[in-house]
Amino acid sequence: MIGALLWRDLRLATRAGGSAALALAFFAAVATLVPLGIGADLKLLARVAAGVLWVAAVLAALLSLDRLFQADFDDGSLDLIALSPLQLETVSAAKIAAHWLTTGLPLTVLSPLLGTMFGLPVAATWTLALSLLIGTPAVSALGAIGAGLTLSIRRGGLILPLLVLPLLAPAVIFGAAAVQAILDGLSDGALLFLAAFSVAATLLSPFAAAAAVRLNLAG
Amino acid sequence: MLFRDLSFAATAGQVLAIEGPNGIGKTSLLRMIAGFLRPAAGTILVKADGEISEPEERGKQIGWLGHQDGAKSQLTPAEVLTFFARLYGCPSSATSTLLAAGLERCADLPCQYLSAGQKKRLALARLTLARRHLWLLDEPLAALDTNGKKFAASLIAEHCAAGGIALAATHEPLGIDCTRLTLGAA
Repeated sequence: MIGALLWRDLRLATRAGGSAALALAFFAAVATLVPLGIGADLKLLARVAAGVLWVAAVLAALLSLDRLFQADFDDGSLDLIALSPLQLETVSAAKIAAHWLTTGLPLTVLSPLLGTMFGLPVAATWTLALSLLIGTPAVSALGAIGAGLTLSIRRGGLILPLLVLPLLAPAVIFGAAAVQAILDGLSDGALLFLAAFSVAATLLSPFAAAAAVRLNLAG
Repeated sequence: MLFRDLSFAATAGQVLAIEGPNGIGKTSLLRMIAGFLRPAAGTILVKADGEISEPEERGKQIGWLGHQDGAKSQLTPAEVLTFFARLYGCPSSATSTLLAAGLERCADLPCQYLSAGQKKRLALARLTLARRHLWLLDEPLAALDTNGKKFAASLIAEHCAAGGIALAATHEPLGIDCTRLTLGAA
């Protein structure tokens, strides 16, 4: 049952007009545009790479988050899913997983290439990819809370970032800090904080998202 | 406040047609029975193998046909049916269900190309797949052609003949024997 939902959401995200390709293209476009703005100072680019790529990844993931529940709410599927044997908490977890697999994971896979483009050394590039691998599940999970809260609002996609971005600040701080530490020849201890943050967010968010969805189904 | 002093019961095999002017609360009543909405006062009991009143549990008895059709525009009718059959844990037989609903020709066409009537047929087909006891139908005949209305009526009649219950909010006669509940009547 949970597999059916996961599989359907993966399929919807990867079909024509789906969110997966869009997020990836947005991520690559921002990462390409920033060096054009800053100029060809490789030292400077390497310093800002982690911050820029982390912010670009968060924004790219947010692009498709507002439709996480709203698309199903608009066409009536969410009522039917709510009446299925699955608990809404499980539904939220499946949707978070599908969102991460179609945005967070592809962004992580693409990030070493973009890191190299910014002139990051090999070790720092791998730390960047690792930090995205650890941190992007928290982006999908915390984003799902915002998606649940705004699902019945027209143009909720504009409010969602305002709700979610402050919650994601720790992920950006620790993720980028881990890469900076490697550049400065220090240890990447920030990754541990990032992992703790990500685990807590991913475990707790399905409950908050389900509560938000339940509230909106009653409206 | 939508309604007060509302009391009714439906037993196995019964079709209850809920009638009343627009905005009187037919959909809200159905959403309350489904457990989405909580009544300000009073209780709703759904009895199946003993008494159940928890809204979360009640949902597992309910076959829902809302006024939106739940047809994903990027997926085909066959994919939609297979998904819901798996989600509800029912043996999947999308092909025969589509055939019964008269949708075999558009089984592999994305739902965005389906007409409103075809989407309603798809929703009815999904309703039969889920095999729930209590059907809550919001305008089950809307957008359907003459044959479609007969199809919907026969599904409801079959369901109730097999011991199910159907509550239908409707403006048109269902075309089958039913008890009427009129909201808003003084």
